[in-house]
Amino acid sequence: MNHFELFNLPAAFQLDAAELQQRYRKLQQTMHPDRFANGSERDKLLAVQRTAQLNDAYQTLRSPLSRAEYLLELRGIELAHEQTTLQDPEFLMAQMEWRERIEEVDDWESLDAAYKDLQEQMRDLQAELEGFLAEDANDDAAITVRKLKFMHKLHHELERIEEQME
Amino acid sequence: MAYSEKVIDHYENPRNVGAFDKNDPSIATGMVGAPACGDVMKLQLKINDDGIIEDAKFKTYGCGSAIASSSLVTEWVKGKSIDEASQLKNTQIAEELALPPVKIHCSILAEDAIKAAIADYKTKHAK
Repeated sequence: MNHFELFNLPAAFQLDAAELQQRYRKLQQTMHPDRFANGSERDKLLAVQRTAQLNDAYQTLRSPLSRAEYLLELRGIELAHEQTTLQDPEFLMAQMEWRERIEEVDDWESLDAAYKDLQEQMRDLQAELEGFLAEDANDDAAITVRKLKFMHKLHHELERIEEQME
Repeated sequence: MAYSEKVIDHYENPRNVGAFDKNDPSIATGMVGAPACGDVMKLQLKINDDGIIEDAKFKTYGCGSAIASSSLVTEWVKGKSIDEASQLKNTQIAEELALPPVKIHCSILAEDAIKAAIADYKTKHAK
């Protein structure tokens, strides 16, 4: 059973986050290992395994990036552990500029501005990704997922700076 | 995770950090990125008329292994011809720095940066 089937949801990028959470909570209750406290060792072990699978599925589908990556995996494109490099000079130059800009963030104002611009670019890429996935343009979707991974890394960098400033 | 001594040495004292003017015809620029970790690497080579790499500089945003891999590569390629440099393999970098399996992609990034720079040089001089 794949992650979408587990929640009885269509295998699509567009997904109602509230609906997913509701289904997750319901399944969590029915599977909770405590319910099997009086069951056999095998039942208990199974409940633990199913709960782990449920949590994994929920975490994967909850974030748009990992959901897209998982969807592409179902469509035969494995991105999770790929080691090929990205060689798009224009995109990489923009990444370098982002890194330089982040290095210079030294107050709340520049941090906020960086967050705002970054989130806007991430939203654009995500909209592009949604279109590609809906059209089954999987190779284009994979390229966009790779780009989004770089953007997420930048976001983590900003979060790290924010923690240091607090 | 423990870094090897060589990685720490290159990380703490990176060789040849910086940039050349990318519009200079003797300068080749290679840009590569690793989607798995979001690391980006820029490697620049200064190549003379005989096709020998006279100098190299890099700028890498990434983990210690990625910085060490690019730093090491700038040392290795100096004095080499572009043909010799293009034969450098990531396994040699990984071996020299004793990179663990999860960091092999950093050495791949450095190998691909050399290849991208040489490709840039060939495009520049194709005319």
